Amino acid sequence: MATVDDSMATTRELRPDRHPPPAVRLRGARLAYGARTLWDGLDLDVAPGEFLAVLGPNGSGKTSLLRALLGQTPLSSGDIELSGQPVRRGSRTVGYIPQQQALDPTLTLRGRDMVGLGLDGHRWGFALPSRSRRRRVREALDAVGALDYADAPVGRLSGGEQQRLRVAQALIGDPDVLLCDEPLLSLDLAHQRAVSELIDERRHATGTAVLFVTHDINPVLPMVDRMLYIVDGRFRIGTPDEVMTSAVLSELYATEVDVIRVRDRLLVVGAHDHDHHLAQPS
Amino acid sequence: MSPGEVLDRIFRFEGTGELLALDFVQSSLLAGALLALIAGALGPLVVARQVSFAVHGTSELTFTGAAAALLVSASAVSVGALVGAVTAALVFGLLGLRERERDSVIGVVLAFGLGLGGLFLWLYEGRASNQFSLLFGQIVAVGRDDVWLLATAVVAALVVLAAVWRPLLFASVDADVARARGVPVRGLSVLFAVLVGVATGLAVPTVGALLVLALLITPAAAAAQLTANPLTALLLATLFAEFAVVGGIIASLAPGAPISAYVTAIVFVIYLACRATSALRSRRALSA
Repeated sequence: MATVDDSMATTRELRPDRHPPPAVRLRGARLAYGARTLWDGLDLDVAPGEFLAVLGPNGSGKTSLLRALLGQTPLSSGDIELSGQPVRRGSRTVGYIPQQQALDPTLTLRGRDMVGLGLDGHRWGFALPSRSRRRRVREALDAVGALDYADAPVGRLSGGEQQRLRVAQALIGDPDVLLCDEPLLSLDLAHQRAVSELIDERRHATGTAVLFVTHDINPVLPMVDRMLYIVDGRFRIGTPDEVMTSAVLSELYATEVDVIRVRDRLLVVGAHDHDHHLAQPS
Repeated sequence: MSPGEVLDRIFRFEGTGELLALDFVQSSLLAGALLALIAGALGPLVVARQVSFAVHGTSELTFTGAAAALLVSASAVSVGALVGAVTAALVFGLLGLRERERDSVIGVVLAFGLGLGGLFLWLYEGRASNQFSLLFGQIVAVGRDDVWLLATAVVAALVVLAAVWRPLLFASVDADVARARGVPVRGLSVLFAVLVGVATGLAVPTVGALLVLALLITPAAAAAQLTANPLTALLLATLFAEFAVVGGIIASLAPGAPISAYVTAIVFVIYLACRATSALRSRRALSA
């Protein structure tokens, strides 16, 4: 969506209302639990079609940021707008992909049902069988290559297959914003690539903004436009080249941290954080 | 008694035809069929939400409520059962939100409730058969008026279930995403607990506390072996529950035995058959 970005930059001041508002807009956002402030003074615009990675150690407030964007956790102060609208619970313009979970193999749910619930699971009553609904579900399954196992119990699918279904489930409602909470966790490298590429293709095709919470930047490094790195209430927003440097991370972690580039992977050494160490190929 | 004589006592059908013509037998069949309907419909969600133990706890505490009501008057039993069931289900439904603690708390409350129920029965000075029936059911005592009341309650519960089916299914099988989509997961959890409580409270005075598990859980667990389609599972579970209840009542008529034994046996055989079918299917899928 480079064209949208360029035109926005040049004409925003002249005709502010002729352009799509940012998919996500945070102003002076602050989130605190009691005396503990997770982040404060967070200003962030995510453009339609932009891929923003959110990184930081456990407890830095990455998931809380997603919960705030989902309208589940109110900000302590500041504002959130999604596509120009104040954030609210259960907004239809937001898609959500959770971590892969261990599902009971006898759970009576097929991939087809999981994706269908993403379309209209929030509505009351029964889903009346309709041709257009069936077609939309089939298209969503097809787009992630999940048609082959659409009728299998989801609990018997591999983690990678389940996460493909999650992508279809989140995207079937044509969201403006896709919130991903560690969707690659516990997937092997091949599936990490497949799932992140599906998300990447989609945001290019439809201009869906992506907020991607992860503890390892490497699987999504080629796709990331900008990143938000949060440590202990300090944060930095910028491109990976701007943020993933020894100087910036040393400042964020308030200790000496080295960022080393090995081929096309970034290794962070010295951050005293157990889930952020070198991501080992599993 | 020789084994042959025992079998003779258990499986007898002479006179079953005449018994079926009796008014009170027909009432009990209708009551059983109605209970199987709501139990079969709720069962798959009970299994999906993994709250079988909470249902067990609810049915035991329904017994406590009914036993307490028996001390007041024999006609207060159904009210006592309903109050006990809904209270217990609400408590467990709210607990269900914090999973780690859930099982142990249910165990603690259920054990205390059962002990209390035993004490109430000891205090009760009426007919011993009233005590027995709370555990094993007293479906032959169901009158026409009871059937109408039961039918109204079951239809109301089914209407509520149909109205919330989709978000309830979403919240039951996929709570995180459902919450993200704005489904009131917490509220539905409480509503589902009330539905289970109503079904249990209706069932305990008629079919007994022991049968509630057999009707709410086994048919749904059996159906889950055959299909992953949530609606098919619901229909199959209802079918299994109906077959077990109606078949069990008919089989128990001539021997005059408690229906629990027959219903639980039938539903258990159905469960085993479904497991075997599923195992055969996956073996065939592997060799194919």
